[in-house]
Amino acid sequence: MTTTTLTKQPATADPGTTRPYAARIDHVSKSFGRPGAQQQVLDDISIDVAPGEFVCLLGASGCGKSTLLNLVAGLDAPSAGAIETPGGRPALMFQEHALFPWLTAGRNIELALRMRGVPRAERRDEAERLLELVRLKGAYGKRVHELSGGMRQRVAMARALAQDSQLLLMDEPFAALDAITRDVLHDELTRIWSAANDDASGTGNLSVLFVTHNVREAVRLAQRVVLLSSRPGRIAREWQVDIPQPRRIEDAAVADLSVEITEQLRGEIRRHGQH
Amino acid sequence: MASTETKAQPATAKADDPDRAGGTTAGDASADLAGLEAGLDALESTVVARQPWLRTIVAKSFPPLIAIAIVLALWQLAYHLELKPHYLLPSPIDVARSLQQKWFEGTLLGFVWTSVSRGALGFLASVAIGTLLGLIVAQVKVVRAAVGPILSGLQSLPSVAWVPAAIIWFGLSDATIYAVVLLGAVPSIANGLVAGVDQISPLYLRAGRTIGASGLAGVRHVLLPAALPGYIAGLKQGWAFSWRSLMAAELIVNAADLGTGLGQLLEQGRELQDMSWVLSAILLILIVGIGIELLIFAPIERRVLRSRGLLVKS
Repeated sequence: MTTTTLTKQPATADPGTTRPYAARIDHVSKSFGRPGAQQQVLDDISIDVAPGEFVCLLGASGCGKSTLLNLVAGLDAPSAGAIETPGGRPALMFQEHALFPWLTAGRNIELALRMRGVPRAERRDEAERLLELVRLKGAYGKRVHELSGGMRQRVAMARALAQDSQLLLMDEPFAALDAITRDVLHDELTRIWSAANDDASGTGNLSVLFVTHNVREAVRLAQRVVLLSSRPGRIAREWQVDIPQPRRIEDAAVADLSVEITEQLRGEIRRHGQH
Repeated sequence: MASTETKAQPATAKADDPDRAGGTTAGDASADLAGLEAGLDALESTVVARQPWLRTIVAKSFPPLIAIAIVLALWQLAYHLELKPHYLLPSPIDVARSLQQKWFEGTLLGFVWTSVSRGALGFLASVAIGTLLGLIVAQVKVVRAAVGPILSGLQSLPSVAWVPAAIIWFGLSDATIYAVVLLGAVPSIANGLVAGVDQISPLYLRAGRTIGASGLAGVRHVLLPAALPGYIAGLKQGWAFSWRSLMAAELIVNAADLGTGLGQLLEQGRELQDMSWVLSAILLILIVGIGIELLIFAPIERRVLRSRGLLVKS
């Protein structure tokens, strides 16, 4: 399955092709601050995310990866360039679960369903189905504070999936979790993403744009890893990851590629010390 | 301990086999993962049993009751030693008798009801106005810059200061009483809501926008519920201000056709130089104020905080 998706990969350096995409980031730049005293955060970024593709954005602090994700999510507008998400508003998951503490786990999901326009009669069943998908059957009535960190992130994942978007944006969603839980959630995310793309009649295609500063995590999850340089963020290099899923973070192949990417990442960081 | 918790989780039932088999097929791997997750969930979830409410009430009310008993004892002692003449310092029993007498006259509940209904009505009107005002101040930058400082300044103005102005405007009427109550309570309710909105984590607003809750839907489903704890604190304070302002107004606005509230009762006691009467009126005012706080606001606040996991259990 992984290999077939890989062959569908568009040429990312040139987003002028007619291949279908779940997200097109087209020569995007972003600056903050007043005119005259501007700080450029992103410089001419172009990435196409193919339908069903899993892309990791990797970079050190200050590379603007979260800014880029906000732009794709439509929470902010680029200073130059264009972003297209043909599948509608993307779903977004943060490092913090960002679940509403005044609602139960199930109600949090139902609110997303309601905002999407799902009729009241169907919401409960759909919320239960999504909870089951993230293996939290029976957590419907649980309050957010009653759940562990990993469970909260899974509810947040279910809420993101409730938007039924073809594009899931994830902003370091597992960075605050302990290593054991993070490892399990990697498996879980891979499983859900694979299932969504395997099953033509079900959720349909699910593309993921995943931001992280964890090289191993990127190689563990992604079909394609895009390395951003810092200040301003530019695409430094990208790698196709041909290791078949399900992978493990301990796999030798994952480790080998991680070493290579880490070397490059360190090189990018070193450049900032040589002024 | 972990194993007993795991058994209690229904999701782990089917996970036992693949655990032992160490399965390698896709189905087994999925069940493996499910079992692993269920195990993690069980290990990381702590079940906090709620104390029985009766025991909570007893535990909470015991220390204040002791304190009250000590105060009464000291009072009684002062009476015995005759630190002041008895007509200036009656004993607790004298005050109780004075209360009992009014109770038997059948007028006491009427006085309490007059004040409570005025207070409640004034408070509800204050909630309506204060909420609207607070929302506008919190959400509209220009209004906040203009009105915000005035609103917090008004909170430090004792509402009794409004009484003379209100009497000049409205005469000795109910309108005067309600005007004073509103001027006392509206700023604190509005300020509470503004503070509640300011304390909302930007993360919730971002999450709300991501799932498409913007505009009015955002206010209804994200902004207002997120601001609720601060809002309730503001309501609590608003009630306290309503009650205080009402008593100040009732003390001064005293007319035969207005009906007797607790403030007027207190003033009548002063006119008759009846210290037991005065003290029992003060006691009633205190009891009503505390009673409404304990019976209405405290349970609501506890419920809201507990449901959000903000109530730290000792």
